[in-house]
Amino acid sequence: MNGLTSRITALGRGFLSAVTGLGAFARLLAAILARSGVALRRPRLVSQQIHFIGNHSLLIIGVSGLFVGFVLGLQGYYTLNRYGSEEALGLLVALSLTRELGPVVTALLFAGRAGTSLTAEIGLMKAGEQIAAMEVMAVDPVRRVLAPRFWGGVIAMPVLAAVFSMVGVLGGWFVGVVLIGIDPGAFWSQMQSGVDVVKDVANGVFKSLVFGVVVTLIALYQGWTARATPEGVSRATTRTVVDGALAVLGLDFLMTALMFAN
Amino acid sequence: MTREKTDFWVGLFILLGLIALVFLALRAGNMSSFSFAPTYQVTAHFDNIGGLKVRAPVKSSGVVVGRVAAIGFDNQRYQAAVTLDMEQAYEFPTDSSASILTSGLLGEQYIGLTPGGEDKMLAQGGEIQFTQSAVVLEELISKFLYSSAEKEGGAQGGAAAPAMQ
Repeated sequence: MNGLTSRITALGRGFLSAVTGLGAFARLLAAILARSGVALRRPRLVSQQIHFIGNHSLLIIGVSGLFVGFVLGLQGYYTLNRYGSEEALGLLVALSLTRELGPVVTALLFAGRAGTSLTAEIGLMKAGEQIAAMEVMAVDPVRRVLAPRFWGGVIAMPVLAAVFSMVGVLGGWFVGVVLIGIDPGAFWSQMQSGVDVVKDVANGVFKSLVFGVVVTLIALYQGWTARATPEGVSRATTRTVVDGALAVLGLDFLMTALMFAN
Repeated sequence: MTREKTDFWVGLFILLGLIALVFLALRAGNMSSFSFAPTYQVTAHFDNIGGLKVRAPVKSSGVVVGRVAAIGFDNQRYQAAVTLDMEQAYEFPTDSSASILTSGLLGEQYIGLTPGGEDKMLAQGGEIQFTQSAVVLEELISKFLYSSAEKEGGAQGGAAAPAMQ
């Protein structure tokens, strides 16, 4: 009887903490958005963050995109060759990259590469009492620390996703046309006739923008609420990757269902 | 790193993103097929449009001369009403006929325009009178089966049931 009661209590506690966390998450978003004027008044702060988040992620995004494109080219050719329609390889590579793989894989890498460093940085700032010091000096840490990082991530993410898709298409072209020897004219013309700028490319960009907001916000939230101990920071960093990846995949399913329903 | 250097690299980063987007839109996407040439709209009524989609091409002799702007249902005539955006550069006689064709065996459907012989040309708000519906595979098969059954029946002196053979 006692065991049952404690189990029900634990269930309730878990539910309450999940809802409370969601509320705190939304409150943080509202706080950051309300203080975003700093991004316009001091664009240098944002450009520093774009440099830190975006430029430093470019290498891993580019290399991953290239290899994803290579693999799509090889696997797509293997399947399409059975039906004698290997010219459609360009279409297959471009559609899978612009619709799904570009935004999603970039967001997963982004959570691992940039999200973790954001969480660790803010968590360590907290542990080193830098944030408390800012408050003492009447500097709003949400305005000075969180808002520029948020906008840096939101701007960098669509750029990275677009680069990923472009490099991936070029990788697919390299495998399909250069290595396997598909006719280059058919490769590009099939791609152009099948990929719609609004339906595929613009929706992909929109997806990557949403992922940028969500992943950056999760990283900032985890850093902001981390316990100010080495263990707390390490746990927050792990949660950034786990929560970020789950949020990206779940949201991707939702958005795909809404965008490409028919 | 100095401020100018950071700004330079960030600028380069954003520029790279823009290049990637332009590449996706023009090289991978159909942006280059968007034409901003002036157009005029004509309508055509079809009994069956099959799998025709908005933005499908309108071709004459295989050349794209316009695009499907809208597809609706005319509740007075119980027919599909298709609005076509025709490029101003191309004019067609008022008695031209439109048919829904398929590119390749399983390709996408488009509208084929065959010019007529009238002197008057189609203008904004005009209507194409002569239309031919899309070919529906099931109807084609049932027609074929029906006619071959009829032929067989005729050969046996009008017997209606060749299934007993």
